[in-house]
Amino acid sequence: MSSVSKHLKGIHVNHCKNTAGQSIVKMPVPEKVYIPMVQHIGAPCQPTVAVGDHVKVGQLIGDNAAPVCAPIHSSVSGEVTALVKGMTAQGIVDTSIEITTDGKQEVAETVVPPTINNKEEFLTAVRASGLVGLGGAAFPTHIKYNPRNPEEVDTLILNGAECEPYITVDHMTMLEHAEEIVEGTKNILKYLNLKQAIIGIEGNKPDAIAKFNELVKNEPNISVCELLQQYPQGAERVLIYECTGKHLIAGKLPADVGVIVSNVTTVLKLQQFLTTGMPLVTKSLTVDGNVVKEPKNVEVSIGTPIIDIIEFCGGYTGEPKKILMGGPMMGRALPDDGKCIIKGNNAILAFDETFANMNPETACINCGRCVKACPMNLMPTALFKAFERKDVDALKTYNVMSCMDCGCCTYVCPARKQLSFINKLAKSLVLAEGGKK
Amino acid sequence: MSKMKNGNLIVSSAPHVVAPVNTSKIMLDVCIALIPAMIMEVVVFGFRALALTAVCVVACVLFESVTRKLLGRPDTISDLSAVVTGILLSYNLPAGLPFWMAVVGCFVAIVIVKQVFGGLGQNFANPAIVGRIVLFISFATPMTTWVLPKSQQTVDAITGATPLGLFAKGMDVPSNMDMFLGFIGGCTGEVSAIALLIGGVYLVIKKVIEPTIPVCFIGTVFVFALAAGLDPVFHIFAGGVMLGAIFMATDYVTSPITTKGKIIFGIGCGLLTMVIRLYASYPEGVSFAILLMNILTPHIDNLTRLKLNGVPAGGDK
Repeated sequence: MSSVSKHLKGIHVNHCKNTAGQSIVKMPVPEKVYIPMVQHIGAPCQPTVAVGDHVKVGQLIGDNAAPVCAPIHSSVSGEVTALVKGMTAQGIVDTSIEITTDGKQEVAETVVPPTINNKEEFLTAVRASGLVGLGGAAFPTHIKYNPRNPEEVDTLILNGAECEPYITVDHMTMLEHAEEIVEGTKNILKYLNLKQAIIGIEGNKPDAIAKFNELVKNEPNISVCELLQQYPQGAERVLIYECTGKHLIAGKLPADVGVIVSNVTTVLKLQQFLTTGMPLVTKSLTVDGNVVKEPKNVEVSIGTPIIDIIEFCGGYTGEPKKILMGGPMMGRALPDDGKCIIKGNNAILAFDETFANMNPETACINCGRCVKACPMNLMPTALFKAFERKDVDALKTYNVMSCMDCGCCTYVCPARKQLSFINKLAKSLVLAEGGKK
Repeated sequence: MSKMKNGNLIVSSAPHVVAPVNTSKIMLDVCIALIPAMIMEVVVFGFRALALTAVCVVACVLFESVTRKLLGRPDTISDLSAVVTGILLSYNLPAGLPFWMAVVGCFVAIVIVKQVFGGLGQNFANPAIVGRIVLFISFATPMTTWVLPKSQQTVDAITGATPLGLFAKGMDVPSNMDMFLGFIGGCTGEVSAIALLIGGVYLVIKKVIEPTIPVCFIGTVFVFALAAGLDPVFHIFAGGVMLGAIFMATDYVTSPITTKGKIIFGIGCGLLTMVIRLYASYPEGVSFAILLMNILTPHIDNLTRLKLNGVPAGGDK
């Protein structure tokens, strides 16, 4: 059970987990993949291949010596047919490597299990795996695993909350690969010299909780924390608090409170890299939404265009008006369905106009629902009024920088104010003001 | 870049889903919660009381619509807040008040208190309360000519004193049961404690209001009366305490947002009500108490600003 008696606030959202219990289906490689050179927080990679090169699965195709960066590997075998500049699914304009696949899926010679004897070799291996946080933030994992204060860090928290509606792929991953996730956890504890691991799973996944409880019953250092059935249990700061009782305030890293947080899928992919040497080249995700004919959990090659995935799922049943990369609470709305899958993806959701249409805003009636919803104990209504009058001091007084964009305030607002979005704008305003001084 | 089939999608910031509740639904719930009291005003005072409510609702909606048009702002009558104001104002009037006076009250409430300040959400005081107070001060006699319940009217007397009026003069007051059910003189909607409580329970169950303000308000009145050696049950059922505590003091716009603020607000309303009842020249003080606390609300909100989780005080950097 959760280790805290007083929980953080949150909201109840319809789970809509339509694909729950569906095994992850492997999608055949598409005709072409487009692999963006920036899929993580940090410096973009430089292509290490040129047009005309033949590449194999797992071959390094992009890297950068900058400290915060994760290398990128080919997810297919085939020929590099273009280096295209364009907007990626993250809204960043950068180069993508177009690879025309040959369907053979030959594995690169470099794909061999790494030899690891100590922490340095382990961290090198983590970097070589190309792993980034797969919960969505896509922060390079090797940086996260190498905090500035290693002596103060003693806890690994696995994020298996999956609190976003619709998404079920982490749930299925946990059921299908529980043993490997536990093995990966043990490796991380061993090489990073951590004392304990806590696997946080939201209470709406009792089968996954039972499975992990069974697997770790003889592991004194690993425990399972059943999280409330409430959004956003998977948000890093909420998860850390619910699992350890420690508050993570804005500007601090999890390591500052002695914690490293990794998504369960990240740990699984790491364990698979340690045993096979295959870096991160595929990603499992939930495909759902009211215009997708056959909602599915699929495993796809990174760089697969969304339209190909939708077609693999039976195509559209109506005209899509909104396509989300990620869940409906924090996911990104894409401008078109030609964007491609990146490492941090965990869902593609396509909806028609009944879902996409925005409700008109009305006046704030000071009802306080946003205040009662905010996990960070902020007052979104006060922030919204401060932003309207561009009052940077008030924005700071009301702690706008602690907003983590979870969207609870917007969700509950009866006046349909875009409170969470206003907070994003307000944060930029505060940062811009700070830069002036 | 790659092929695409749909290149004209709607892009917006997350979250992409919202809860079903909206302002109109909240206001509709308040209207529903006011129905038991509406039934009781007819039972106690007859259809003249219902007609007064109807006049106020129509006047408020018309004033809102016309003012918005004149000010060049979008029409907002569909949010039903003017309907709520109309019902509440009528509940604060004696059943026999001339309709034109009620319309004056509606004008004050909607045009002056609400729209001139910017409309819903911008008013610093509860429109219905100010409407009532302006009428009370402007038309003192008709506003204190209390129609007796139909069952208590005689050939000679169809009006009489309210229980608080009797109390102020040191005369015998009605039984607590009559006051609980509402067979007493007073404003149309305030007489029946049971009807108002049913509405209050409905609002709490529907999560429209939290019980904090009503409980603190009524609780303070009860304790104050008890401490003053008076019948506390009489004081919570008399006058506008129930109507004020459940429906007027809980107005979102003019009450504090945090639980701590709500407690301060509720206790303040209760204290002021009793101070006015016992020590001032008016027999009843609920409307003045709420108005004064409305004015203090921004300060209470400032004082009770929430602290960040895990941070003792002050802001983050």
